[in-house]
Amino acid sequence: MSRQGNVSLRGVAVAYGPIRVFDRLDLEVAQSEFLVLLGPSGCGKSTLLNAIAGLTEIDDGEIWIGDRNVTWLEPKDRGIAMVFQSYALYPRMDVRANLSFGLKVARTPRAEIERRVRTASEMLQIADLLDRRPAELSGGQRQRVAIGRALVRDAGVFLFDEPLSNLDAQLRSELRVEIKRLHQRLGATMIYVTHDQIEALTLADRIAVMKDRTFQQIGSPQEIYQRPVNRFVATFVGSPAMNFVQGHIAPTTDGPVFRSASLRLPLPTYPFANASIDERPVELGIRPEHVIVAPEAAHAHEVCVEMSEPMGSDLLAWTRLGDLPLSVRLPAETKLTPGDRLRILLPEHRFSLFDLASGARL
Amino acid sequence: MSGTTLIPRGRPPGKLSPARMGLYAFLAICALFFLTPLYVMLVTSLKAMPEIRQGYILAWPSAPSLAAWGKAWFSACTGLSCNGIRVGFVNSLRIMVPSVIVSITVGAITGYALSFWRPRGAVVLFGVLIAVAFIPYQVFIYPLVRIFSHLGLNNSVPGIVLIHTIFGLPTMTLIFRNHFAALPEELFKAARVDGAGFWRIFGAIMLPMALPIIVVAVILQVTGIWNDFIFGLVFAGRANLPMTVQLNNIVNSTQGEREYNVEMAATLLTATVPLVVYFVSGRWFVRGIAAGAVKG
Repeated sequence: MSRQGNVSLRGVAVAYGPIRVFDRLDLEVAQSEFLVLLGPSGCGKSTLLNAIAGLTEIDDGEIWIGDRNVTWLEPKDRGIAMVFQSYALYPRMDVRANLSFGLKVARTPRAEIERRVRTASEMLQIADLLDRRPAELSGGQRQRVAIGRALVRDAGVFLFDEPLSNLDAQLRSELRVEIKRLHQRLGATMIYVTHDQIEALTLADRIAVMKDRTFQQIGSPQEIYQRPVNRFVATFVGSPAMNFVQGHIAPTTDGPVFRSASLRLPLPTYPFANASIDERPVELGIRPEHVIVAPEAAHAHEVCVEMSEPMGSDLLAWTRLGDLPLSVRLPAETKLTPGDRLRILLPEHRFSLFDLASGARL
Repeated sequence: MSGTTLIPRGRPPGKLSPARMGLYAFLAICALFFLTPLYVMLVTSLKAMPEIRQGYILAWPSAPSLAAWGKAWFSACTGLSCNGIRVGFVNSLRIMVPSVIVSITVGAITGYALSFWRPRGAVVLFGVLIAVAFIPYQVFIYPLVRIFSHLGLNNSVPGIVLIHTIFGLPTMTLIFRNHFAALPEELFKAARVDGAGFWRIFGAIMLPMALPIIVVAVILQVTGIWNDFIFGLVFAGRANLPMTVQLNNIVNSTQGEREYNVEMAATLLTATVPLVVYFVSGRWFVRGIAAGAVKG
């Protein structure tokens, strides 16, 4: 089986009857890369994954895996393995039969099947479950078996379709680490679909954020998080959510300035994408952890604490800056009571400015 | 509900209120009502003719005897031959066993193909199949006779098997399609990624999950085909007339004295197979459902 794993989508289009799902999507996934397709439900990420797997026929474009055009190949011939949200274990077979089914279909020699099943089950710590039926397993164990079934295929590309969405929070983070470890160990290409931005940020080498069946932004988790290309990406990624203030941007002799009803923020060092700044309505975004508390600073803004949420590792303060709501992330040991006043700085190089009309980053 | 503790409401179980007694009485009367004909048939079949002529149909036989059963089985006259109803029993088996197997197999495959592979026009085909199931089948008999005689399939066991397969197809397809449609599609996708094709997925994954529905199909088809009269009469041919047709020949013979005891015995013998199927497979049915109900 081919172990090559760079995946290339070239102008892929999918249509259900007259309804176009995708129009000419392009995507390059490098060998051994962990790419996460992130987006809300209905954004087309699962359809795209199914198209890569060969479970959905595409109407236009080409899909390449390694140096082969797999556009018209059956799923089994593409050198892929897939893990599903509902585990999709064969209920009438025990774990061993589940793991070896694909290999048996491919007429793999028995000794080789046994070797691969043993390796995979040891890697996933399911060796003692081999004689059980799926119904006798817990959710976490079932998903381990499902991952094991992908593992034995010895594929170059692993496709994950929301594999952790049916698990509770504890198991989810446990298996998340496991999947990351597998990726490091196998060096295989992985394409992972999720609507959970935490999974995306923790697992991905690169994230492709999708909405309305198009890519919004493709980049490293840091890029996506720090420099979202539009308001949608900014709101979808990051928890607690980014703060937004509506206002105007205007060029002045001292450089561009952001103005709202109660705020005036000069932006001399904001990294504008476009050098010429004309006056326009914008939305300013800043993440809660980028707000700096500075009791001594000269030009600080004063905010009033309305409520605080201890989050264990840190504390989230819900405050008001004038009449604008603003959340601020503080060290966990901070003592706050409603009505307290904080002096804060808003570092402009951390801002994200979006055009109010188009939502695009400035 | 405002209470903080949960107090079971309603009457505690175990006490017999007048309403409950009335309910039981009603059920008992219903049971009696439906069991009485069976009882009458049974006692009549165990009586000798002089006792039957006295007319006390509910009375227990003074000297129960299986003579009438023996005669019905071995030597009752069905038309010209007097070999009893056992000839029909064998014919019915020869028709039923292949018909049940073939019709369920074809229905299961059709239902599987329609639910997972969705070939072009699947929805239309399924709609037509279901619509046709509502047309009275007597309408089809004459055209089918012409077609079958043209094909040389008339008056043969393969012919009648084909007839039962055709007429079983809508129901069989419907129940299998609905069963398969309720299974998660990811299971099918996983099997495809594993490299299994149309038949492999059907045989190794879908069919083992269809056990409860197969039992349902067997019950439906065994009783339906066993009880069939008109198709057997029209398509099976003289040599293969099923038990129902033979029974009719015994019961409706107009010569001489009517042997009620023999007729009752023959009727009960004919009804045995569906009854056994209900009792035996009913238990399997529950077992099958229980095995399939576990989330997998």
